[in-house]
Amino acid sequence: MSASLKAYQGSSGYIVSDELSNSVNIAISLKKPLLIKGEPGTGKTMLAQSIAESLDMDLIIWNIKSTTKAQEGLYVYDTVQRLYDSQFGESDVSNIKKYIKLGKLGESFGASQQVVLLIDEIDKADLEFPNDLLWELDQMSFYIPETKETITANQRPIVIITSNAEKELPDAFLRRCIFHYIAFPDPDTMESIISVHHPKLERKLLEQAMETFYMLRNIPDIQKKPSTSELIDWLQALVVGGISPSKIKKELPFLGVLLKKNEDLDVLLNQLQGKGNARNPNVMGRFR
Amino acid sequence: MFTNFFYTLKNYGMPVSLNEWQSLLEALEAGLAGSSLIGFYYLGRAMLVKTEAHYDRFDMAFSSFFKDIETPEGLPEKIWEWLNKEMPEVEVTEEMRRNHQQLDLDELKRMLEERLKEQTEEHHGGNRWVGTGGTSPFGHSGYHPGGIRIGGESRNLSAVKVAGMRRFQEFRTDETLGVRQFQMALRKLRQFTTRLDGARTELDLDATIDKTCDNAGRLELVWNRPRENAIKVLLLMDSGGSMISYSRLCNQLFTAVNRTAHFKDLKVFYFHNCLYDWMFHDTHCSLNDYTPTDYILNHLSSDYRVIIVGDASMALYELMRPGGIIDWELYNQKPGIEWLSMLRRKFEYSVWLNPIPRKYWSWMDGSYTIKKIAEIFPMEELTVDGLDRAIKSLKSRKAISVG
Repeated sequence: MSASLKAYQGSSGYIVSDELSNSVNIAISLKKPLLIKGEPGTGKTMLAQSIAESLDMDLIIWNIKSTTKAQEGLYVYDTVQRLYDSQFGESDVSNIKKYIKLGKLGESFGASQQVVLLIDEIDKADLEFPNDLLWELDQMSFYIPETKETITANQRPIVIITSNAEKELPDAFLRRCIFHYIAFPDPDTMESIISVHHPKLERKLLEQAMETFYMLRNIPDIQKKPSTSELIDWLQALVVGGISPSKIKKELPFLGVLLKKNEDLDVLLNQLQGKGNARNPNVMGRFR
Repeated sequence: MFTNFFYTLKNYGMPVSLNEWQSLLEALEAGLAGSSLIGFYYLGRAMLVKTEAHYDRFDMAFSSFFKDIETPEGLPEKIWEWLNKEMPEVEVTEEMRRNHQQLDLDELKRMLEERLKEQTEEHHGGNRWVGTGGTSPFGHSGYHPGGIRIGGESRNLSAVKVAGMRRFQEFRTDETLGVRQFQMALRKLRQFTTRLDGARTELDLDATIDKTCDNAGRLELVWNRPRENAIKVLLLMDSGGSMISYSRLCNQLFTAVNRTAHFKDLKVFYFHNCLYDWMFHDTHCSLNDYTPTDYILNHLSSDYRVIIVGDASMALYELMRPGGIIDWELYNQKPGIEWLSMLRRKFEYSVWLNPIPRKYWSWMDGSYTIKKIAEIFPMEELTVDGLDRAIKSLKSRKAISVG
């Protein structure tokens, strides 16, 4: 791949597909933010940690909430504190700099070493949020009018952005990103992921559990499909509970770990009783 | 050749802009594709595709554009050509030479041949191997550990084959998806107003603090007008027998509409197959519980957005004839089609969502009534994409001639 020295190839605690590490390396060498989407539990957030770990950089996490404003990532001017100080005369309020606090983005610009900046769940914020960051992410600098200062990144941070697709992101923002969708791991990848978490798992148990797990995921009507983390928990439960492998498929023990919605449990029960209704657009029942 | 690929993508409905194309070319120049088709596939996908919903379109465009570049077992001569052509151009650094002293071109060819044999036997698509092997990486960095790793385990599929697998088909937004996606689509149905005549009732905290600070601490309050969504929605749902097959889909839409709290007003009514004098309050559609359609037509303001959900396929008389209603105990003076036209005339912002996939509209047994109704209402299929388009048409008046 890239001739760059900083080629990301995954880290010990995190299994990465070639596709994904490719995308990471593309983003790093093109100096563009990497936008990661994927089902919950496919390790979007973990990716940034793994990149930081393997490239030996600091990780700065900016968690986005519904109330987060783009400005907060740059800096916050603590006017209230300044007001207090001026009223009670505790300190010199003429120095505005004291009341400017850098946000996570500002922090990552100011770092002396190159860092990994994770902007987690960007879709939680307001629709306009990504647009407000366009300039800053492009130029890696911003201006603080209060102090007439411009903060410019010493080392362009590696920016990883995750999204759960709660909101569509604006096109202008998307154009500037490298995009990667983390597909749900196939059984082979899943096995290697599991072996990271449960290195000493009995072969037979694993096989049975995986088969059941993918069977559940393939039932189309299940709304909240079990994800990797649920499978890992479930395996833990199976091991602790001392369930014999032969029983897994028949009895579906600790099902609550995998399926968390009542409706989904009902769907599964229906399925098991063979009540699945075939839906066919051509059959136009005219009964009422 | 690459410029054509750009247009191929456009033809497949990918919203590619010149900006992204430009950066892709830069990335190619920087050697990020590793001179292999699979590398180009991943690079192109990462740079040009911005949502998993378009992965499938990219895959289709890619496989149609590159379909002539076949897997190695089909075209060995070509590979030798590549190999011979590429090798002399390679700049080999001291370090590389040290690493691969013992591998000359013949050696490489031999090993590649071995590989190709394995490939044919296993019937795996092997462009991977040729991608990394036949073109420069094989020569460039030879058996560089990185090269081997990429070429190794389970990744031995050609780019065209990877694209041809269309693994991301299920993410297409024109496929039906869940409640959440419907909600996302419905969110777009909004029209914020900060009515100019409204009272300024909301304390603007940030502005207040700013102003107060500007005043060096003397409190100054700043008030704002609240922003409100002005959209009102009238949802009409078919609960007839033929809709049972789509009940889950309709439920999802219904849940999504209900959960979307931002409408100024939401009214939901039901009907059987076609709309007549009555708008029923529940799915049973009995005469115990209804609002006369006349009343709705006269009392609701015409800026209600009307969403009708139904399969629009019924017997011809149900739509066209007086008394055509399917319920025995009821009789309609005006034919259903007239009611629908009246509704459409009153509510200019209206749309019909049909759970039957569009491809069946023209030939299944309700095709005639579907056609008739689609002449009155803009009709979209009940998928996330369809709902998206429907909502767009709900935002603007669309002239449809109503007889």
